[in-house]
Amino acid sequence: MTPQMRFLLNDQEIVLTDVGPADTLLDHLRISQRLTGTKEGCAEGDCGACTVLLGRVTDSGLVYEPINACIRFLASCHGTHIVTIEHLKSPQGGLHPIQAAMVENHGSQCGFCTPGIVMSLYGLWMANPTADVTQIETALQGNLCRCTGYEPIIKAALQAGRAGGQAQDALSVERDAVTARLRAMWGARVELVKEDERAIIPADTDDLAAILEAEPKATIVAGATDVGLWVTKFLRDISPAVFIGHLMKGIEVSDGEIRLGAGVTYSEAAPIFRDHLPQAYDYLLRIGGWQVRNMGTIGANIANGSPIGDSPPLLISLSARIVLRKGNTRREVALEDYFIEYGKQDRAPGEFVEQIVIPTQAGATIAAYKVSKRRDSDITAVAAGFCIRVENGIIGSARIAFGGMAGTPKRAAKAEAALVGQPFAAAAFDAAAKAVQDDFQPLSDWRASAEYRSTVAANLFRRFWLEQSEPGLPVRLNYAVGA
Amino acid sequence: MKDETHIRGLAHTDTIHDSAIKQVQGQADYTDDLNEPSGLLHAYLGLSKCAHGKIASMDLDAVRASRGVIDVLTVDDIPGENDVSPNGKHDDPIFADGKVLFWGQPVFAVIAETRDLARRAAAKARIEYQELPFALDPIAARDAGMDYVTEPLTLRRGDAGKGLSAAPRRIKGRFAIGGQDHFYLEGQIAMAVPGEDDDITINVSTQHPSEVQHMVAHALQVPSHSVVVNVRRMGGGFGGKETQMNLFACVAAIAAKKWNRTVKIRPDRDDDMSATGKRHDFVVDYEVGFDDSGKILAVQGDWYARCGFSADLSGPVTDRALFHADNAYYYPDVRVSSHPMRTNTVSNTAFRGFGGPQGVIVAERIIEEIAYALGRDPLEIRKLNLYENGQLTPYHQEVTDQILPRIFDELEVSSDYQARRQAVLDWNAKGGVIRKGIALTPVKFGISFTATWFNQAGALIHIYSDGSIALNHGGTEMGQGLNIKVAQIVAEAFQCDISRIKITRTTTEKVPNTSATAASSGTDLNGMAALDAADQIKARLVDFVAERWQVAPEDVTFVPGHIKAANHHIPFDEVIRAAYMARIHLSAAGFYKTPKIHWDRATGKGRPFYYFAYGAAVSEVSVDTLTGEYVIDRTDVIHDVGRSLNPAIDRGQVEGAFVQGAGWLTCEELWWDAKGQLRTHAPSTYKIPLASDKPRIFNVKLADWSENAERSIKRSKAVGEPPFMLGISVFEALNMAVASFNDYREPARLDAPATPERVLMAIEKLRG
Repeated sequence: MTPQMRFLLNDQEIVLTDVGPADTLLDHLRISQRLTGTKEGCAEGDCGACTVLLGRVTDSGLVYEPINACIRFLASCHGTHIVTIEHLKSPQGGLHPIQAAMVENHGSQCGFCTPGIVMSLYGLWMANPTADVTQIETALQGNLCRCTGYEPIIKAALQAGRAGGQAQDALSVERDAVTARLRAMWGARVELVKEDERAIIPADTDDLAAILEAEPKATIVAGATDVGLWVTKFLRDISPAVFIGHLMKGIEVSDGEIRLGAGVTYSEAAPIFRDHLPQAYDYLLRIGGWQVRNMGTIGANIANGSPIGDSPPLLISLSARIVLRKGNTRREVALEDYFIEYGKQDRAPGEFVEQIVIPTQAGATIAAYKVSKRRDSDITAVAAGFCIRVENGIIGSARIAFGGMAGTPKRAAKAEAALVGQPFAAAAFDAAAKAVQDDFQPLSDWRASAEYRSTVAANLFRRFWLEQSEPGLPVRLNYAVGA
Repeated sequence: MKDETHIRGLAHTDTIHDSAIKQVQGQADYTDDLNEPSGLLHAYLGLSKCAHGKIASMDLDAVRASRGVIDVLTVDDIPGENDVSPNGKHDDPIFADGKVLFWGQPVFAVIAETRDLARRAAAKARIEYQELPFALDPIAARDAGMDYVTEPLTLRRGDAGKGLSAAPRRIKGRFAIGGQDHFYLEGQIAMAVPGEDDDITINVSTQHPSEVQHMVAHALQVPSHSVVVNVRRMGGGFGGKETQMNLFACVAAIAAKKWNRTVKIRPDRDDDMSATGKRHDFVVDYEVGFDDSGKILAVQGDWYARCGFSADLSGPVTDRALFHADNAYYYPDVRVSSHPMRTNTVSNTAFRGFGGPQGVIVAERIIEEIAYALGRDPLEIRKLNLYENGQLTPYHQEVTDQILPRIFDELEVSSDYQARRQAVLDWNAKGGVIRKGIALTPVKFGISFTATWFNQAGALIHIYSDGSIALNHGGTEMGQGLNIKVAQIVAEAFQCDISRIKITRTTTEKVPNTSATAASSGTDLNGMAALDAADQIKARLVDFVAERWQVAPEDVTFVPGHIKAANHHIPFDEVIRAAYMARIHLSAAGFYKTPKIHWDRATGKGRPFYYFAYGAAVSEVSVDTLTGEYVIDRTDVIHDVGRSLNPAIDRGQVEGAFVQGAGWLTCEELWWDAKGQLRTHAPSTYKIPLASDKPRIFNVKLADWSENAERSIKRSKAVGEPPFMLGISVFEALNMAVASFNDYREPARLDAPATPERVLMAIEKLRG
């Protein structure tokens, strides 16, 4: 056990002891370090003005990803490299290619979102030097600009991509040295105390299990994309908090199943989805913005129990299971059974989600839908996962789960019943569209009215049928640029 | 300084924003980034949780006892007036006085050692309310007999009643138009530094430093000369920092003087969005009479505005809605009236377009009504009704600079409008899941403050003895590129490189009695004032050079980097040094007031606008008719900025305004719950456009042949607001896609914003 946290901030090593669990990275940067290039726009991870890069050592090496400093807890930055706008420059010391392209294309007006946008584009420029417009827009899902209309920013990103220079970039040149320095920071459990509050960073998953047995009421914090708001918006106390974002990163694919460690982020899961569940890949890229997907984990999205979490509807439709662990005892439950009612899940004190098991359902017809007011980085009005098996023209099984329609993510039992045993034809889906109206009594709020949610839920059955019956028919909007 | 034969940054060139290099490096300072004096305290507001009620009891003991708290401020601690109303109506308290008038109204402030501690303390207040009846929307307010927050206006020309009765065809409708949050990326913020005597300096993110100065002076009961207001730059304003900053500045100032320590105040985004005003929502009842050819004969309409609990700028905003109720079309007989309704919501305020968009969009709805009734392309109806020079607006100003016919012609060709409209009709005729719509809509926007006295500006130029130039003017920089444009004008005047000019922060110490940087007027007014200052110094330099080099004054000219005196080519630096040694005054204050304009509100007649800015856009959309979601497939814009001072900056304004205008009418929705609490008060719930929401193909052109017919600054035109209304093309295209379900027999009459929900529910209704 060590009472201090260590991390790299730009080219400096920072060692801190007096860190509370609710201290944010953004406040540390702006108030303690006076690095004011990083801005606060919303304090909830939705505008991107606070974007910085977080570098961490993974199985495949040192990875830098944009994150939201406003909802990222400082304690969870232990053993990482935080890179802020102040660190960005060309090898000669002038403007970095991203910065130069932003200037030349008139990509800043008021300039308040600009550092965050530059940092997201920097992350993209390193990860994908030849990004096209669609990929640039995906990278900017978590960055709002109110002035430019984005056109010059996208031109700047394309220009920076053409300019290249990744190999000469400081983060590439220093990769090995930084990796070694970060590795050296890890080992023992870290316990930080500030006044009467505590932040605990377990050494490994076994250590986590031990900590939670001893402190079953501790707040478990993974990506903090929700817990961050408990603090920044609701001023809740989270002490003692156990930070687990660095744990349970394992991914295995075998026997028609994907086994994701609970700490796998959306971004880390994305290539797995692309390769093994391609029907859900677009859906995955509409969860949060890029920064949120770099922090948020699928395990916590489940554990948290939100009725509008985006992963459960799809995963329930796929018959996913979760592994819950307490101490050294593990049990497996079907995901749909984990959600008991609003605010209540099948998780005992001291127990934590360790793994998610996702059958890839070869041979089944799978679809994932998300409907929201704004296409990207919006909270779902209605989400749905469909998994249907057809044998000899007859629907053999149907698992259809919805989010946003009830107090928990939930299967549409009546709609499923209307499908099973019926010929795979429009009539069955029309019947299911009718039946789903009886499955749910959704709420009205600022995202959508109950009537809209019900109508959309029904229409998604029609969409599913149209997509299957006439694959060439245009039934989904085309967002590609220049289409 | 280096050789300046090749000078950069003259007027009419693509010159980068003066802060661009700092901005991309995170080195541009916003108010929250300024170095903080030692002993800094933080203020945080406590907001009401009641839409309308008497404060029955207020227990702030727990607030005071909270960690790090110095004390609280309430209405009793204000030395002067408890008012920040910008119009002399005294209806806009800093802190609620016995009564709260909307959910989110500031009731007190807590002062603490850190912002976090102040915020946590503020949450501990126990306030009980005796609830009173409330009305949230303008029609509910009207039905409840609530009053107007300010004097209504009627514009009339001819006899609308008679015109309607005589018209072969008449259509009536109601149109609800939503408001909009500014969502400036930098929220409201002020930092007040106390000085000796009554002095106080306020660093604040405001579009209107002089007004902050006066408000703080009133609140502290000190003369305006004791208050200095500084603004280096804002992280966006859009009208949201024209009056809304006053309250924050006053709270910081009161606390700073009370404890003689620097005080900063910055609300969290949720509190910022709950406590500050927005674009006005309107409900408009309109009626149009027209003939079988589609010619408009008469229009009448009533604009009911959700003004909120106080007047703020609702008077001029609702006036401007009427000034633009005609958009670009001639109404032979017309009567339009405003109804600025008091509601128990936050007091609505300026927002890019300032009521104009809510007038323009009704004119375009009327065009749709006629076109659908006659089975014609709305574009034909538009062309048929466009103003001709010589015709009078409903406020009796003669239109003399109409250029929309040429813009229409060019845009129709460059966007391939006719073929694409046919393709859209053919596509929809197939009856698939994805439906399309296309629309070409224009804007004609009046430039000048309708409060005539605001149309004045000052500037201050110093040339130091080393030849460097400090430029200051009364406008504020919020990203729009005002500073660089004014600097370009000065660079052009002196024929010097832009790098020679330092653009300093806006401060009430240098230029007094300034107008808000608003109404798109920043460059028109301040550019002229700066030019006046430059011309004064130039005249002195010409006389000096003529005498020193023994040439006639007519033979002295400014050429790149030099002053030419007959055959002498003297470097600028050398002239300045010599002028200084010869005791020539190298500083000048410039001034400008817009000529020709006048407006008599009592009779509804005058020439409120110096000129009009024009533009048009074609947008095509695809709609998913199973969910109501949509995508803007393509937008083509031709917009008039006269002779552009900086085409790159102006294009940026047009693109940004378009996307913001489209956001207003699509994904941006303000939603109040039954208790009167705004529930869309942060970016998690209030959705402004993202990169993926902009048109998939976006062709923006400036009408580079246009020149302002009036003698504006270098014949340019104002650009901030007019292109905002081009977003209406998206809204009308969405309406067309929906109307395909009815074979275009009737317009879809979507209310705004056309969220996916509104679009789908309209489709479901037509699907039956």
